[in-house]
Parts: sequence; C-alpha cells; structure tokens
Amino acid sequence: MSGKKETRIILVIAFTLFSFISTAYGLSGVYKENIYQVGDLKPRDSVPKLKVGDPVPDFTLPAVSGGKVSLSSYRGKKHVVISFVPAAWTPICSDQWPGYNIIKDIFDRNDAVLIGITVDNIPTLYAWTIQMGELWFPVLSDFWPHGEVADRYGVLRSDGVAERALFITDKKGVIRYIDVHDINKRPDLEVLIQELEKINHAYPR
Amino acid sequence: MIKKILIYLGIFVGFFPIFDHPARAASTPSIRDDTPTAINLPIPQRPHERSYLGLSGTGHFNISQIKAPVVIVEVFSMYCPHCQKNAPEVNKLYRIIEDNPYVKDKIKLIGIGAGNSSYEVEVFRKKYDIPFPLFADKDYSVHKALGEVRTPYFMGIKNNKDGTYRVFYSKVGGVEKADEFLEMMLKLSGL
Repeated sequence: MSGKKETRIILVIAFTLFSFISTAYGLSGVYKENIYQVGDLKPRDSVPKLKVGDPVPDFTLPAVSGGKVSLSSYRGKKHVVISFVPAAWTPICSDQWPGYNIIKDIFDRNDAVLIGITVDNIPTLYAWTIQMGELWFPVLSDFWPHGEVADRYGVLRSDGVAERALFITDKKGVIRYIDVHDINKRPDLEVLIQELEKINHAYPR
Repeated sequence: MIKKILIYLGIFVGFFPIFDHPARAASTPSIRDDTPTAINLPIPQRPHERSYLGLSGTGHFNISQIKAPVVIVEVFSMYCPHCQKNAPEVNKLYRIIEDNPYVKDKIKLIGIGAGNSSYEVEVFRKKYDIPFPLFADKDYSVHKALGEVRTPYFMGIKNNKDGTYRVFYSKVGGVEKADEFLEMMLKLSGL
C-alpha cells in the first residue's frame, strides 16, 4: 500500500472520529458557556470607609433600563438595600440577583427597594442582565468615573472591581447594615432578610 | 500497514480528552451506580411529604429507600433563572404523574436545592407553589456527589424489586414538556 493511500485512510478515520466529537460537543452548546471562571479570589481587598450609623453617601448613576437613578429619590419613602457585585459574567454574581428577583414581595413587605450596582458599562450589563429574566429592581452602572461610587462606599478592590457588598440604608438615609462579604461566596439570604425586617420594625411609624 | 494505522489511531484516540470539553461531561454527567445511596437527605417533617415518599420516623434516608419503583430527582437552585422559569413545568410533571392512576404510586419526584439553605428552599417553594418535597443542600455536599452538575439537572433512578437499582437518566437541562418528559421516563425506566 502506498504511503499516500495510507495517509488517506488515516484521514478518513480521523475525520469520522472528529465528526462524532463535534456532534457531542454541539449538544452541550444548548447550555451556554458564557460564564468566566475567576477562581478563588482574596476574600476582601478594600479598606472600609463607612460604618453603621453614618449618613449614606448619595449617588446618581445611569440605569440599564435607561435614565439615571439617584439614591436620594428614595429618601423618606423606602429603605434601600444596595447590592454591589464584582462583575458581570462571573459565577456567583450571575445568580445572586436572579435570587433577589423572586423576592420582591419580601422587599415590599418591609417597605424596601433594591438597587444593584457593578462597575461594568451599560452594554455589558444589558447583555448580562437580560439572561436573568425581567428584573424588578434597577441595575446601575458605576463604570465612569470608574468605580467612583464603589470607592466612596469603601468597596472598590485594587483590581478595579467592586466587593460583593450589601448596604441597608433606612428611609432617613442612615446606614443600618453593612456586609462586605467574602467575594467567593453568596451572602445568606436569610441573614439579609432578617436584618431588613429588624430595620423596618425598629423604624418609627 | 494495519499495525501502522492502529498506532496512528491509538495516538489520535489518546488525544480525545484534549478535545473533550468539560461542558459535554456536564450536560450528561455519568453517575456512579452507588450515587443514590450516597445521597443522604433528612426525612421530611411534613407528614404528607413523608407519606408521599413512603418514609417514617426521623433521621435521614437515601434515595434508594423511597418506596417507589422510579424516583426522579431534580437538582435546582432558587438563584438559577432557568430553574425559576422551569418550575411551573416541573409542577405540571408532578401533577400529571399524580393524576395518572397507572403511574401515581410508581413515580416519585423530589428536588434538591444546590447551595441553598432551608430558608432559600422555602422561598423557592412558596414562590412557585411547589407540591413535591424539596431538600436543602447548603454545603453543596449532594451537588458534589453528583459531580457538580449545572442546574437544573434531572436524575432518574429505577428501584428494582430485588433491592438493586439503576440510574437510567442523568442530564443537565429542564423539563421542556411535562407529558413528553414523563413518557421518556416511562420508556427509559422500563416501567
């Protein structure tokens, strides 16, 4: 058998095997592969600038849904849970807000709203959050000046992303709860809701 | 010549794992046969859930102890948008099983909340009015035993009369159509 023929036979076999692989690979394509694995990160990489009892710093940031949202617009009306998450398209961030998205009733019951913030730009946030279904809370972009709000809240990490942090501010604009969480872990929902209930019950009517 | 081809082929096949993508393994995870006995869950406190699963007392049970020829296990998370979206169809699956006198007592459905606390599982149950037993897996131990599958994930287990069992279905992805899914479960389990 000539070397040429031999090569041809091998190529045919190789091609057959390859088509099998690509079919199997194609099946998995149903499940999107868009999440970037960040690995284990330093749990916390910022210096606190705020503490419970401080007046909450105001901000005005562009929202994914259009327009701008100012924290002060909720003053005297709602308690506000501010959820900073590190970055779009990363593992834990990508499920934290979808979880909050099914508990609007708990926020309503506690006279509270939720604001989500990352340092990503609007187009990135749009592409990312559209995967989560329709969100009932505003998602704001702290992209430019980069991480300016995160920095004022003491949750901007040295690599330019935000911490996974939760702040609860009451209707008077006083910070009542801070959880700068281990960036690698999702905050326990029960703890957040218990804190929110405590703040709402203690608030003078 | 044939020897040469076989050598080339051997080299080629040896490269297979490089081309294999982890996602492929994740979409149809191969489950070890002893996995159902390795998954220990607390016996539900709600009496109707205990009777649904044919369990009594307190403590823990493993999936192979559920008194039914077929057990369908969903691994979900209250944080997973696909699981949220799919919840009504999974509820429908439960209802068509319960409404069918032929399969009613033969197929049982349970859900395990990967990385979810009991509180988070309750939030999911209430939000979607889930009628079948759900279990928390806060420390991801069940999730790890199943090879850290993505959610939603479904596993089908056939409990045989002689005490043996077999995993007949293991796949990432939700229930697209409840009736077709049930039909597939009946076919694959040989029920």
